[in-house]
Amino acid sequence: MDLQEFLRMGGYAGYVWTAYGLTALVLLLNWIAARRSEAREQESARRRSRAD
Amino acid sequence: MWLWFHKLASPPHAYRLLGKMAPWFGWPALAMILLATWWGLARAPADYQQGDAFRILYVHAPSAWMSMFIYVAMAVAAAVGLIWRIKLAHAAAAACAPIGASFTFLALATGSIWGKPMWGTWWVWDARLTSELILLFLYLGYMALRSSFDDPQRADRASAVLAIVGVINVPIIHYSVEWWTTLHQPASVTKLDKPAIALEMLYPLFIMIIGFQLYFGWAISRRLRGEILRRERNAKWLQEGA
Amino acid sequence: MRRAATSTAANLVFRRDLTLAWRRWDEVAQPLIFYVVVTTLFPLATTPDLAQLRVISGGVVWVAALLASLLALESLFRSDVEDGTMEQWVLSGQPLGWLLLAKVASHWVLTGLPLVIMAPVVGTALGLPFDAWGALVASLLLGTATLSVLGGIGAALTVGVRRGSVLLSLLVLPLAMPLLIFGSRAVGMAMDGESPAGPLQLLAAIFFLTLSLGPLAMSAAIRISVET
Repeated sequence: MDLQEFLRMGGYAGYVWTAYGLTALVLLLNWIAARRSEAREQESARRRSRAD
Repeated sequence: MWLWFHKLASPPHAYRLLGKMAPWFGWPALAMILLATWWGLARAPADYQQGDAFRILYVHAPSAWMSMFIYVAMAVAAAVGLIWRIKLAHAAAAACAPIGASFTFLALATGSIWGKPMWGTWWVWDARLTSELILLFLYLGYMALRSSFDDPQRADRASAVLAIVGVINVPIIHYSVEWWTTLHQPASVTKLDKPAIALEMLYPLFIMIIGFQLYFGWAISRRLRGEILRRERNAKWLQEGA
Repeated sequence: MRRAATSTAANLVFRRDLTLAWRRWDEVAQPLIFYVVVTTLFPLATTPDLAQLRVISGGVVWVAALLASLLALESLFRSDVEDGTMEQWVLSGQPLGWLLLAKVASHWVLTGLPLVIMAPVVGTALGLPFDAWGALVASLLLGTATLSVLGGIGAALTVGVRRGSVLLSLLVLPLAMPLLIFGSRAVGMAMDGESPAGPLQLLAAIFFLTLSLGPLAMSAAIRISVET
């Protein structure tokens, strides 16, 4: 199957790619949020131990 | 065995354990999700009736599955926290909520997108989508209740009661919505239900579910570590250098 | 001092709330007026044609009853928590669930029951036929009673929260959706000439389930609200 046909998704390109795109977005956002919340707490814990 | 359980609930031990476990969830999750995506988009054959639009199933159904699985996991964690007074369990429940709500939103969005080419409308009041919508309301209510308290202990325990009440209601809600959708369609084809598909077309679905589950495990490990640090901020083990 | 029997305590709670409410008439009347006003909104928003309104009449009466009940529920426990009565109850050694149930029962008599009684009047204004009155009243009796317990759980969880009544509605409405589905369907079936027994039985089952587990959840929620 060539790339052109693959991207076209039998004419449903808009729907399929939007759906998969949204999925990727949601997974990405949760990934970022999870890492950031852990990093933020680690940073403030480090700051607190330095302050003592 | 109880000793192991109690050790698990001890924050410094849990913190270290989760840190070690996270990559064992994370990398396989990525691999599985990519595999399922490639398989579902490129390798699986197109459906006879729905053509390539059918491939949306491979993200829609796993999202719907995760949305329900996570709600139950959240309620179980909340119950454990409430009954045995284990703060870590409450933290786990809190961590579940945004992830579960995201999957619920995703199930609704992908379901709606799938509906347009198939049934002609952006929204359809079928059993699956309506149940997902109500589940989203349950998640949002849980998160709203949590955020309305300044006292973290009250937030934990009140939202735990809500989660337990919610999880008991979920089967009732499901059944009533099913019943409601069959009212005006005598021989109803429940629209986004899995039609009889050949087994080989379902492989990407199972792999995606495994991928999502591992992803959930990774995300919870990370968030839980953050929660532990936050709740244990004045504890000795932390000040002695973690 | 000998501890009183639980039934005496519950009875006292029930009667005290009714007496208190008797002195504050308007608080009891407000949800009822809200109920009538809301049902008036629907014809104004759609059509004055009774034939068309009839189709949605059961649903509209049910939704209005749901919203009016929720409005009244926010203040269910508020004054007792604020003045310390609730703390006394928690410490009293009486099973808290029964006392709370007595409170919910009196609340239902004051707010839910009037809605049920007014329902045929309001329904008729929307074109609801006489044949459906039985199903309407039966479904609302079970539904409002169940809602009072569910709302009691929500009220117990949100006691003292700012703008608690919006949060309360957000929490309780999804849980009340099955009631709405079965209740309005029962009315619809009666209008079509079918027997509404099926959904009414389901409503009854949900009511009994809620009645048995509800007080447990309510007392857990009250303890959490009062002790922290």
